Amino acid sequence: MDKFTTLTATAAPLNIKNVDTDKIIPARFLKTIKRSGLGKSLFADMRYDEQGAENPAFVLNQPKYRAAHILVAGDNFGCGSSREHAPWALLDFGIRCVIAPSFADIFFNNCFKNGILPIALPEAVVAKLMDDASLGTNARLTIDLERQLVVRPSGEEIAFTVDAFRKHCLLNGLDDIGLTLEHAPAIAAYEAKQPAWLPKI
Amino acid sequence: MARTLFDKIWDAHVVDRMEDGTCVLYIDRHLVHEVTSPQAFEGLRAAGRKVRRVENTLAVVDHNVPTSPERLSETNEPESALQIATLEQNVAEFGVTYFPMSDDRQGIVHVVGPEQGISLPGMTIVCGDSHTSTHGAMGALAFGIGTSEVEHVLATQTLLQKPAKNMLVRIDGTLRPGCTGKDIVLAIIGKIGTAGGTGHVIEFAGEAIRALDMAGRLTVCNMAIEAGARAGLIAPDDTTFAYIQNRPFAPKGADFDAAVAYWRTLPSDEGAQYDKLVVLDAAGIVPQVTWGTNPEAVIPITGTVPNPADEADETKRAQMERQLAYMALTAGQPIAGTRIDVVFIGSCTNSRIEDLREAAHVAKGRKVAAGVRALVVPGSGLVKKQAEAEGIADMLIAAGFEWREAGCSMCLGMNPDKLTPGQRCASTSNRNFEGRQGPGGRTHLLSPGMAAAAAVTGVLTDVRELI
Ligand code: SF4
Repeated sequence: MDKFTTLTATAAPLNIKNVDTDKIIPARFLKTIKRSGLGKSLFADMRYDEQGAENPAFVLNQPKYRAAHILVAGDNFGCGSSREHAPWALLDFGIRCVIAPSFADIFFNNCFKNGILPIALPEAVVAKLMDDASLGTNARLTIDLERQLVVRPSGEEIAFTVDAFRKHCLLNGLDDIGLTLEHAPAIAAYEAKQPAWLPKI
Repeated sequence: MARTLFDKIWDAHVVDRMEDGTCVLYIDRHLVHEVTSPQAFEGLRAAGRKVRRVENTLAVVDHNVPTSPERLSETNEPESALQIATLEQNVAEFGVTYFPMSDDRQGIVHVVGPEQGISLPGMTIVCGDSHTSTHGAMGALAFGIGTSEVEHVLATQTLLQKPAKNMLVRIDGTLRPGCTGKDIVLAIIGKIGTAGGTGHVIEFAGEAIRALDMAGRLTVCNMAIEAGARAGLIAPDDTTFAYIQNRPFAPKGADFDAAVAYWRTLPSDEGAQYDKLVVLDAAGIVPQVTWGTNPEAVIPITGTVPNPADEADETKRAQMERQLAYMALTAGQPIAGTRIDVVFIGSCTNSRIEDLREAAHVAKGRKVAAGVRALVVPGSGLVKKQAEAEGIADMLIAAGFEWREAGCSMCLGMNPDKLTPGQRCASTSNRNFEGRQGPGGRTHLLSPGMAAAAAVTGVLTDVRELI
């Protein structure tokens, strides 16, 4: 997993509530065997028309947002299914941080497992960041995870909260597996004590 | 301190406990299928890791397999075929036991585990699929996980977890004739709602649960997830042990006796505390059927479609209106008598031999109504064979049902078995979300007997009129 320390980038405004995982990545794209390559299908039903041509009105199709690494969105972002294709698609497009008033639980967890930082901020604050984002490349946001700050183009600093353990993992690019493997001796000791009758597959 | 069944299984699997209460939890059984595993194996390979315990891991194909009788010689949809081929490469490379389509033991992962004696009481069982809760009927702590966690279990045989809360759902009394485990669980979800179990593991108990056979218990736990619960659980008892004895992967001889002695210590202690308690009377349960697009939108077959005008909450009212429009139903209409186009008997909820017997009992000597397409999809190759040996298959075929190979089939619109837009289906599966069985498809969830009754009458029908 890539480390997340600071990020200065264009933010794309997606001022929609309840963006569900089906909107992020429609179900027909789940038949893949890769984590990668989903970026082109991100928000497919909003991004392309029925012939597959780009919808120029959709935010990520506008030249100024094609290289956005931050997404500012509405309430309850990521609701729906537990599939990880949603964060994979965001990551593959290049999104490393999503800011919204609230997130669906599983999606929120899945973001951290994939090196994406989800930041929940009060509605009014998100509205200000949404305004910044609408200025495109002229108004880049800075995310400083160490100091837990979002820095607006004006220089105003906005504090956010993040679980200490998850922050540690993101800052150091640690995935859960690496951390759990630090418990390998305890796992081996547990296995050694399992009852003899326990059958094998 | 008095402990619940959940507490006991949890405590027995804690490898390590961190300061914030997160536990490294040991996983006894990891079931793998083709849709949620490719990226996990890819991650394992990229990191140069192995499967820590292949002897705890079983792979099957189920979601994307065709169920037509000619499927071994047919060409599958290219993307599905690639997912299956990828699983086959992965199990070969990592040395995982695998039941391919050509193996009689192949079937829906949640049917295969108990059937093979792989899912046992007291175990922790996970799978990259939300209906892993099914295996809780064995007295095991079983829950669904995402793909990162699939990779985590493959690599470490553990998960990082915090304990859930305990909820007890007690069903007192005796079920009336024509009612089944499916009706119990639909009635529970109707009562507590799709978020009623959020953050909890639900233990199902009481006289009516004790009286269920294993198939009925598996059906109940299967749908615990539809009540929002992390898992469902039923205490193991003599019914459980008799079911397990002599299954291929179950302990044998003295090992079996040792296992049973341990399993008998698992049921919740007298006086154990639950965070939440719900009690239902089995005698009050009538065959259930859903009218809307989530499992809590359920009514007795004798009931009428609810009227949004009676709902005080504005958001809920709008939701009901949307559901009625999608389902093309009118407020106040009796649900019985609603015309259906398709009947699907199958899925990890209701595709075991007991379910097929129940359907055959209703279909026997009758004919599928004109214009209705009715499918029976056994949960595994072994269920299919047994049904053929018992004469059930012939009964159903004579009545005009399609007799298919094992797989998830029309439970989800991901393989060739799909509803077409606007089709109305009486289905024994577990989800009636918009488009779940195919875009624009309309799903009514019900029991296998009720599904067979709908097939032979062409309309939603109270099965008790036919038995
Ligand atoms: S039968 Fe349906 S619910 Fe069960 S595992 Fe297959 S797709 Fe999921």
